[in-house]
Amino acid sequence: MPDGNALSPDHRVGRSVPRPDARSKVTGELRYIDDQPFSGLYGATVRTRSARGRVTGLRFVDGTDQGVDWREFAVVTANDIPRHSKLDGVDPNLVALIARDQPYLVRDEFRHVGEPVALLAHPDPEILRRAVDLVEVQTEPLPAVLDYRVPPTPGQVQHGDDSASGTASAPSDDANVFSRIVVSKGAADESRDAFRAVFESAAHVVEGVYETPAQEQCYIEPNGMIARVEVHDDDREGALWPTNPWKVVIEGSMQCPYYVHKAITHLLQLPDDKVQIIQAPTGGGFGGKEDYPSIIAGHAALLALKTRQTVKIIYDRVEDLAATTKRHPSHTRVCAALDADGKLLAIDMDVTLDGGAYVTLSPVVLSRGAIHAVGPYNIDHVRVHNRAVLSNTPPHGAFRGFGAPQTVFAFERHLDRCADALGLDPVALRRRNLIQRGETLAISQRIDEPIAIEAWMDEALTDIDYTGKRAAYAAFNADAQASGSPLRRGVGVAVFMHGAGFTGSGEDYLASEVMVRAHARGGIEICTANTEIGQGSITVFTQIAADALGLPMDLVSVAKPDTDHVPNSGPTVASRTSMVVGHLVARACDDLVARLAANGTLTDDDRRSADELETADRVSALSDAKGKQYRPDRLQAALRCAASDEAGATEGWATYQRPPGGAWDDKAYKGIAYGTYAWATYCAAVEVDLTTFETRILDFVAGQEIGRVLNPLLAEGQIQGGVVQAMGWALLEDTIYVDGHVKNPNMTNYVVPTFADVPDVKVLFQESPYAYGPWGAKGIGELPMDGPAPAICNAISHAIGVQVDTIPATPERVMRAVLAAERSQEATS
Amino acid sequence: MTVSHAHTHLADAVPSQEVRFTLNGAPQKLSVRPFRRLLDVLRTDLDLPGTKEGCGEGECGACSVLIDGEPINACLVPVIQCEGTTIVTVEGLAGHDALHPVQQAFMQHGGAQCGICTPGMVVTAAWMRDQKLGPEAIREKLAGNICRCTGYSAIVNSVAAALGTPDGTPDSTPDGAAPGGSDA
Ligand code: FES
Ligand code: FES
Repeated sequence: MPDGNALSPDHRVGRSVPRPDARSKVTGELRYIDDQPFSGLYGATVRTRSARGRVTGLRFVDGTDQGVDWREFAVVTANDIPRHSKLDGVDPNLVALIARDQPYLVRDEFRHVGEPVALLAHPDPEILRRAVDLVEVQTEPLPAVLDYRVPPTPGQVQHGDDSASGTASAPSDDANVFSRIVVSKGAADESRDAFRAVFESAAHVVEGVYETPAQEQCYIEPNGMIARVEVHDDDREGALWPTNPWKVVIEGSMQCPYYVHKAITHLLQLPDDKVQIIQAPTGGGFGGKEDYPSIIAGHAALLALKTRQTVKIIYDRVEDLAATTKRHPSHTRVCAALDADGKLLAIDMDVTLDGGAYVTLSPVVLSRGAIHAVGPYNIDHVRVHNRAVLSNTPPHGAFRGFGAPQTVFAFERHLDRCADALGLDPVALRRRNLIQRGETLAISQRIDEPIAIEAWMDEALTDIDYTGKRAAYAAFNADAQASGSPLRRGVGVAVFMHGAGFTGSGEDYLASEVMVRAHARGGIEICTANTEIGQGSITVFTQIAADALGLPMDLVSVAKPDTDHVPNSGPTVASRTSMVVGHLVARACDDLVARLAANGTLTDDDRRSADELETADRVSALSDAKGKQYRPDRLQAALRCAASDEAGATEGWATYQRPPGGAWDDKAYKGIAYGTYAWATYCAAVEVDLTTFETRILDFVAGQEIGRVLNPLLAEGQIQGGVVQAMGWALLEDTIYVDGHVKNPNMTNYVVPTFADVPDVKVLFQESPYAYGPWGAKGIGELPMDGPAPAICNAISHAIGVQVDTIPATPERVMRAVLAAERSQEATS
Repeated sequence: MTVSHAHTHLADAVPSQEVRFTLNGAPQKLSVRPFRRLLDVLRTDLDLPGTKEGCGEGECGACSVLIDGEPINACLVPVIQCEGTTIVTVEGLAGHDALHPVQQAFMQHGGAQCGICTPGMVVTAAWMRDQKLGPEAIREKLAGNICRCTGYSAIVNSVAAALGTPDGTPDSTPDGAAPGGSDA
């Protein structure tokens, strides 16, 4: 390890310990939601079939010939939901998220294709499927926004402007804008003129426009939920809305049980303890199961309430692809001012994200994109203007990277355009501008950690043999041109960072809590609301707790995320689970040991002798592995005793504590956005065939500094998985909207990478431990999504000598770019 | 064992038929509507939910099973076509007390993350092993199985480790070996 801060050999962290959950996965024994024993009704969703309008009625078409007898169905519409919550006055039909504008079921106006209008339940899933198509949704059309890049006409305004009422003649700048963020630094803080002057006096000004598509998370397990209600005997029949306290229990595929819990208590107007949310084993999430599961859970619960039966809703792939969230499409203009040597003097950026029909998570996606836009570079004058705007498509939402991949793509692509304009090597241009310790990011956050980005970058460049490849490919391409071969090769690089945890004061507001509980085997159970979705949280939490206590891993278990039994440790998003929640696990272990010592279950006699204690056994600046100060046999005995003692302290708790340092100013958009960042350099080598315009990735190296690597095998797998998702985004994946309809809502036409499409991804780790992560760990979940697309497109542009600014860089797009470049060359010659 | 179709009340033009096949080594006799998907019959009627549905249209391979030794997408197969065949699902791969070498290798080399693609992967990989294919064939032969989590490298490593190992003795990569190159 580069920093000499090595772990002793008996540590479980830092090693590729196998997953406790692996066995049930390789045998097929693990029961995902659709695999669980079930008896009850199946639920399905009737959806709108046009982009915007008003629902005027529902017609249940006769389906006797198909076995559909409407008398056998339960139907729920928005009319079943009261308009005002008794709890807070807000319409319960609006999903409790940031803005509360998205309905569970359309009451009147609808804003996208596939918006839920009615719910059906029936005992037979096949008859149910046929019935959905027999419900005719009668509508009146309203003017829809079908291209987010075009300013709305008055009739299209649906958000944030008085002209929504149809009175104003022209919409204002805020019309249909969900959220607006400006990051500024240096002259951009002073005045428009001062900022303009930097550009006017610069040796070079380079401008470019970049676009990215809606990307589907395409977890292989589609969404699903099962809801059941516990009812009083005298309440078996009757109105949908209970008068007596009920209990609603919902289990399903999800990332964030407490998000679902908050949504359902609001929808059903029930107190917290009357709603129980349980995460079933989840077959991938990637952000796609962050907010939408609340809606499916709500739908299942409504049907369960109406029928007093257990109801299961499982989406098929088409419904999942057509109706649920995707990555925000983006349009970004970048303008760079440089001096003659390639020093970046100023950056002016305009970022527009397509939020889709409702606010949902767009403001926070926009925020992360804004903060990451200018990357790990030291630039004196910066202005990044960011907007998330409405369009009449299903809402775009969370997807690994959360806004950062879009802005990183534009910026890193633009640096190569600048290098090209100045006749510089793209790496040389980056070297001139990389941030050093003590310098400030665009958000004016000073980097005080010891960083060595240039040295880390060089490791990745050496691994892919960047210099060698630049020269070899130049020769290869010259030969190809001379001999008439259609093949061209190129190598490209992207340098970027990713902040882990919630932005700014987000973690303070979350105030996450973790509990660990002594169990009768002399070990502990870890109780968090964070979900295992493939990333390995069960394994990593187990490693952390085992090392914090000095106990073997098999004495540590992880509780099922169930809101009746685990505290709210926050959502499983934002690369926060290992770094933030894992740290809380270690601190909760400390707390448990401290309580056992305080109540006399552990005594000084149980301590290890000083020479048995290892040095460097602190977990972090806030946690010192208290359990390791005791002899393991004594600690186990104490835990056994604590578990059996009803009055004793059997639980340890930890609540999030902000690391020392500056604060974040949400108004000025300046300050400590993230306690720490992971830093990365990704390199791609590609071959483009100028006959088919297909791109093949020859080589890919992903180098990153991520603090402590807690489990090398898991970390490597997570990086490789993210890189390949991003390769799909770069080259293949595109959601095609026509009149607001997803035209390719299936895996035949929405194409994700297969084994045959991608090379082996080489992963390099550098470790510069972070004082406030467990054993120095930083978050890594989202990082690998940011760099591959720009690295690959930079490589393509290097190979063919034409800038490729829109992804996915499909053969059609590359061909058009090449033909356009040829035409403009002819025009000028 | 005879298992009858769960939804006999279903009004359907096609009456149920008898279908016989060998499933995970045991004979099966079912009375089912002939065009139901094998996938649904396995998961619902036969209580073998290890075989997954990812797409329902032959693209993802999550539903891979072996029919007469060949890997097939069970979502595309009407159950009537299975008459007289031998079917192996993920539940039938392991022996009584030992996992299949492919399953062992997936556990050891990080081949499963969320695990939803894993049954289909191990079934197809077990077929590769039966065919005595070499590691160079992995990316081509597994291209019909999609994984959204791993980026494939760890699966390639898992399958490569399992190919060519004798039954019951999976390769032995020591726990703690760090393929990420981060061990000092
Ligand atoms: S479910 Fe059969 S191939 Fe996807
Ligand atoms: S492990 Fe999740 S899809 Fe493969």
